Amino acid sequence: MELTRREFLKLCSASAVGVGLSQIADPRLVAAMEEAAATKPPVIWLQGANCTGCAVSLLNTAHPTIAEVLLKIISLEYNPTVMAASGELAFSHMEMIAERAKGKYFLLVEGAIPTKDNGIYCTIGEKDGKEATILSVLNDIGPKAAAIIAVGDCAAFGGIPAAKPNPTGCKPVSEIVSAFPNKVPLINIQGCPPHPDWLLGTIVHVLLYGLPELDDKARPKLFFGETVHQNCPNYSYFQEEKWAKKFGDKGCLIKLGCKGPMSYSDCPNRKWNSGVNWCIGVNSPCIGCSSDQFPDGMMPFYTALSKDKWPKKDSEIV
Amino acid sequence: MATQRITIDPVTRIEGHLKMTVEVEDGAIRDAYSSGTMWRGIEIILKGRDPRDAGVITQRICGVCPMAHGTASILAIDDAFKVKVPDNGRIIRNLLLGANHLQSHILHFYHLAALDYVQGPDVSPFIPRYKGDYRLPKKLNDQYVAHYLQALEMRKKCHEMLAVFGGKMPPQITMVVGGVTVTPSVDKIASFLWRLREIRDFVENVYLPDVLGVAEVYADYAKIGVGHGNLLAYGGFPLDGAGKEKLFKSGRYIKGRVLIMDPAKITEDVKYSWYKDSTSGKAPFDGMTEPEPEKAGAYTWLKAPRYDDQPYEVGPLARMWVNGDYRQGISVIDRHAARALEAKKLAAVMEEWLLQLKPGEPACAETKVPDSGEGMGLTEGARGALGHWLKVKGKKIENYQAVVPTTWNCGPRDDKGVRGPVEEALVGTPIADVDNPLEIVRIIRSFDPCIACAVHLIKPSGEMKKFRVI
Repeated sequence: MELTRREFLKLCSASAVGVGLSQIADPRLVAAMEEAAATKPPVIWLQGANCTGCAVSLLNTAHPTIAEVLLKIISLEYNPTVMAASGELAFSHMEMIAERAKGKYFLLVEGAIPTKDNGIYCTIGEKDGKEATILSVLNDIGPKAAAIIAVGDCAAFGGIPAAKPNPTGCKPVSEIVSAFPNKVPLINIQGCPPHPDWLLGTIVHVLLYGLPELDDKARPKLFFGETVHQNCPNYSYFQEEKWAKKFGDKGCLIKLGCKGPMSYSDCPNRKWNSGVNWCIGVNSPCIGCSSDQFPDGMMPFYTALSKDKWPKKDSEIV
Repeated sequence: MATQRITIDPVTRIEGHLKMTVEVEDGAIRDAYSSGTMWRGIEIILKGRDPRDAGVITQRICGVCPMAHGTASILAIDDAFKVKVPDNGRIIRNLLLGANHLQSHILHFYHLAALDYVQGPDVSPFIPRYKGDYRLPKKLNDQYVAHYLQALEMRKKCHEMLAVFGGKMPPQITMVVGGVTVTPSVDKIASFLWRLREIRDFVENVYLPDVLGVAEVYADYAKIGVGHGNLLAYGGFPLDGAGKEKLFKSGRYIKGRVLIMDPAKITEDVKYSWYKDSTSGKAPFDGMTEPEPEKAGAYTWLKAPRYDDQPYEVGPLARMWVNGDYRQGISVIDRHAARALEAKKLAAVMEEWLLQLKPGEPACAETKVPDSGEGMGLTEGARGALGHWLKVKGKKIENYQAVVPTTWNCGPRDDKGVRGPVEEALVGTPIADVDNPLEIVRIIRSFDPCIACAVHLIKPSGEMKKFRVI
């Protein structure tokens, strides 16, 4: 009654559309990826104070498709959104993998970590008949991971659950990891949610080339090195001071609240949903969701940045 | 015979953090306790902020149904600002919400629910899995697995379609008070339409037949997971500027009759929730609630919403029933069938809406933040009746409140001890093997729970005045 793995892979390749990550894609990588996949690394994906938006965003990956990710690139051993198992069967499997693949698995964390009242505001399973908080599970299995990837603004920097007044004492994953007895490499992938390429590009980088170059906030420079403003198609409108004054107007959106000058991402070139569109493409100001400052540092969203935060015009740069 | 206690924690393949505890006696479920195990306090975070920003923040209540929250929120803000949305804006909002319903329904059947009936291949994340009652013949089982993969691409296409007007997904960026930022153009209409036709073909020729296929093989589930039998819909998808006509009517079904729905009759109980007892039984807008994680007898972060003191199930089955589109029955199978039929209905009507757009004409009305005001936004999320309530004072959010589908469905007992809809739907179900309780997860998942949505709130607003239904 069961498909063999070979049969399943055949099914999978029949429906797959191609392999290769945009921007960092290189035909030689395809073969290398398949090779790396022969010993697919185990991945455990925990969810804390989250909304599952990061997981849904990952499902939207274009190249590779999510089926290829799951079947050829990683071995997704634990992810509450897609895994077949429930309850103890699921939770004990996660603990078993963390023990069996000690030092070899990747730990992905989506969502912030509530710490107030010992983290009681987010429990994710039961251990020995007692509820286990995301805080305790991260402390249990985090030190045994080969590397930890904090997926999305909440895990990387606290995000919305940690916004003022931070009712549950949410902390970013980095603050928990820094107190581990041993040093575990940590990568922050920002975005609310992150573009699937940012996460998968990072995973593939780790598998093929080791850790990517990170900035001082542990973010891969590859994706988060420049601001949205720098590469915005409305850049010339900004230079010419042609401002959009109401929604629907042509022009630079800065007076309608655009946070492009403060948001670090390659959205203008990469675009979203298989390259179909992005925020500026529908004349919406950037809300700055790809930032360690989101949301508090970007609000109010529809009010212009104070002039001292405006970028310099080309003519002002000597 | 001794009572056995089964705890499923986490219940996976849903959105969010859910735990289910049931008591089994003489081979059947005697009692059930549904627990939401995560709380963030989004409404507390919203207080004191610019009211226009609520549409951005509340979409982050849930990454699976941001469109639903975005819609309810923006309707509440429009109402508080007293702004009239141009037709282009209304239609684009409907198209965005419809696109995410299609995405959500396909995702729910294939990627969240199907693995309770279909055996995936023997690789992670398809193993480990419960053993036992998988009835599909090998050939059919393999076909479902192939459709599981095809459906991954189709649900992705739904989001690509949504991004044509929405900018990106999840969450979309274009909805603002007064309409949408995007102006419709012929190329965008064509780009949306081309994708919609492909999705419609999948819904009619793959999704719907697959649901009926499961219904045939698991026919006993048309009598399992019935519950209280009360259904509630707020109504959604306005078809005219005044919002008088909607694709789905508001209403409720109880004791064999479809009756009108008055939002003023909604209250929330907290006796069994981790909040202080002092506000229990009041309208959601009437009091202050404080978390009390150690409260004796409580077992969840969800409250227990009631309409006129009665529990109600919400979701595609409820709105299709209230609307007169589906009246076969109330059960696990009926929930899946109504959801698939709703997808078919939506995909067809969205083509008509698309052609009603007027390219190049405005899609957003200008407006200003009022000094004070209040607004209500009622809509139908993929998972059911969703309402947001907003109060503005001194141009800031004074109070924000949401009563969401999964709180209706997965909430606990009320103060009188009457179980919530999912709890009630579980009671009486025979369990063949307590170590592999497939029956329990099949019933829970038929409701398509979304716990992040359900457990976002604890600080309801001040008194709620009468609001007009939008």
